Amino acid sequence: MPTEILMPALSPTMEEGTLAKWLVKEGDTVSSGDILAEIETDKATMEFEAVDEGTVGRILIEAGTEGVKVNTPIAVLLEDGESADDITAAKGAVQDAKPSPTAETPVSQPAEAKAPRPDRSPDWPEGTETKKQTVREALNAAMAEEMRGDETVFIMGEEVAEYQGAYKITQNLLEEFGAKRVIDTPITEHGFAGIGVGAAFGGLRPIVEFMTFNFAMQAIDQIINSAAKTLYMSGGQMGCPIVFRGPNGAAARVGAQHSQDYAAWYAHIPGLKVVQPYSASDAKGLLKSAIRDPNPVIFLENEILYGKSFDVPVMDDFTIPFGKARIWREGEDVTIVSFGIGMTYALAAAEKLAADGISAEVIDLRTLRPMDYDTVIASVQKTNRCVTVEEGWPVASIGNHLSAVIMERAFDYLDAPVINCLGKDVPMPYAANLEKLALTSTQEVLDAVHKVTYR
Amino acid sequence: MAAQKSDSKSNASAEDLKAFYYDMLLIRRFEEKAGQLYGMGLIGGFCHLYIGQEAVVVGLEAAAEEGDKRITTYRDHGHMLACGMDANGVMAELTGREGGYSRGKGGSMHMFSKEKHFYGGHGIVGANVPLGAGLAFSDKYRGNDRVTFTYFGDGAANQGQVYETFNMAALWQLPVIFVIENNNYAMGTAQKRSTSTPDLYKRGEAFGIPGEAVDGMDVLAVRDAGQKAVAHCRAGKGPYILEVMTYRYRGHSMSDPAKYRTREEVQKIREEKDCIEHVRDLLLTGKHATEDDLKAIDKDIKKIVNAAAEFAKDSPEPDAAELWTDIYAETAPQNA
Repeated sequence: MPTEILMPALSPTMEEGTLAKWLVKEGDTVSSGDILAEIETDKATMEFEAVDEGTVGRILIEAGTEGVKVNTPIAVLLEDGESADDITAAKGAVQDAKPSPTAETPVSQPAEAKAPRPDRSPDWPEGTETKKQTVREALNAAMAEEMRGDETVFIMGEEVAEYQGAYKITQNLLEEFGAKRVIDTPITEHGFAGIGVGAAFGGLRPIVEFMTFNFAMQAIDQIINSAAKTLYMSGGQMGCPIVFRGPNGAAARVGAQHSQDYAAWYAHIPGLKVVQPYSASDAKGLLKSAIRDPNPVIFLENEILYGKSFDVPVMDDFTIPFGKARIWREGEDVTIVSFGIGMTYALAAAEKLAADGISAEVIDLRTLRPMDYDTVIASVQKTNRCVTVEEGWPVASIGNHLSAVIMERAFDYLDAPVINCLGKDVPMPYAANLEKLALTSTQEVLDAVHKVTYR
Repeated sequence: MAAQKSDSKSNASAEDLKAFYYDMLLIRRFEEKAGQLYGMGLIGGFCHLYIGQEAVVVGLEAAAEEGDKRITTYRDHGHMLACGMDANGVMAELTGREGGYSRGKGGSMHMFSKEKHFYGGHGIVGANVPLGAGLAFSDKYRGNDRVTFTYFGDGAANQGQVYETFNMAALWQLPVIFVIENNNYAMGTAQKRSTSTPDLYKRGEAFGIPGEAVDGMDVLAVRDAGQKAVAHCRAGKGPYILEVMTYRYRGHSMSDPAKYRTREEVQKIREEKDCIEHVRDLLLTGKHATEDDLKAIDKDIKKIVNAAAEFAKDSPEPDAAELWTDIYAETAPQNA
């Protein structure tokens, strides 16, 4: 049967083009790969090749014709033994070319339940013995416990083994687990992040330590394009159970390139889970959950918090689920929402406010993706006021996002605009006084609370 | 193409040659059909065809064993067919349909098969190189002797992460074969305009990784080189580099006006070096097959490719609910 040659789409966006020139004429024989015509698209003039062999039976569109729609028959190709008389019998493939109808109703994200249903269950059973532990010790214990329980868990990063960790988070792990599972890497974040992701594709459970998250920018493509997106791109076939962890945010006097809070960056990415603990018990329980999670987890620690001590439950297997905020103080007059080191300002402010007779409810988000909106909304419905606290930059911050969610879900409950206490919109300066000014502070939280409570 | 010619014709059986002919022709006809469907608007976005390069992946697959892994860039259709993935599933992914390997959510550049140990299908030039070394790391960690074929192009060979990976692969003796498919053009930039030293197989020297150049238009030479590289890796001697000199007949992607090279250059390689014609000649002159035998193969392949195209057109678009699935895994993935 004669084959119609159709006006081809020669770029992702082409809808029509100019048939500039025919390089064959009726009666010519062509074989696969021969150029038939030159076609001008919006970008360039392209040569159009024959796919099948045969004889050009008829040219349907003259050279020089503009605005030829994609899939218009432009010529007819005859196979052996066919003549131009057979052309009327030719059936175009045009009908076939119509893409199947697209879904008519766009699906929105599963609607949030209107009424918030916060999970108020305790993190550990009442009466459980606790002991004082630093965040550093808690993180170290979490990794050691998970490595004892699962042979596929290993840790790689700069100075994690023989040096015992640049911040001593991996102390003694080399001694217990050996060089096969505690691996010093060269200073090559892009490369070892990619090797970690590949090892996770291969069924292992890597913990990749970045000496600080500032250096993870070298590896951002592997974290986002390879780790976060592959499950989706593979239709659910490939998983990437990996933890990227290390200190995040400003330390002390280390300047602009070593002082940045990446919470909002990573929280932006579907496919990642993002954790930023404040206390030692959360550091431990959440890191254990992160290592067991079948997805890529960004675990944002803080250098200043490493040495801080908290009560940690003495339990065989203590984990904290993702997506569950913690209410540190209950209160009636204002909700203060924070996470990570921001909690130090939030809690200090709440203490002072209590002395002034203002009762603040303080919520630690703990995980930023998934985020526990219900606990925040339920609290704002009670207090009618909200202040958020973080060290990150203002534009597109976690506080901005929460403000939008509160506006959507609790607009009628608000008695004042939500205020975001944030890092200043500047690179981090070195000078001690300027560095202090660049971060948020307890005083800023106090000022914000006074503003939203009108007292 | 200054590749070493191996004296490989002697050790190829009729069965081998027929299998190579079949596998290479399947890729070519599949890609031609994909080009056609693209022209009809059934395939969208980017579509990078493998036409001309078929001997690379077919030769290397002949050196692979069950359990070996492979990972490549976005010019990936040939790799998938060569490792035994189903033509219907690949074509239906190209058309973005439910029957595709990624249920329509990946597209031409992003397909995977756990069953065939095919780890994609990656769109960022060079990014699959550390991933491939990571797959090899997982095999070494488990203490088996499987190897990972990590394919990338002459363009990717200039990415920094490739050298970060070379360093660690050599340092940790990872069983990874770095296959540089050198088709001489990084998109539209000829190698001599982008690359300070031409011999990419020597790029591992600084790390102590052995490498060799191979005539990538000769499937037997590719297979032989592949076997050598595989033996090296399986013996625990660490990574190996193969620079496979090949040529792509079509544009970088579908919207390539090809102004960076002449029509004559393409035509000359097609006429003098074509990998499929080469095996066809060996089959006919060696009296391993008759013209009729080969016609029968052609016919079989045409049937498979046409069926794949029909499947890819008939398969429905993914359900709208698919938008929200596969963002997070609920359970741990199966070990590879």
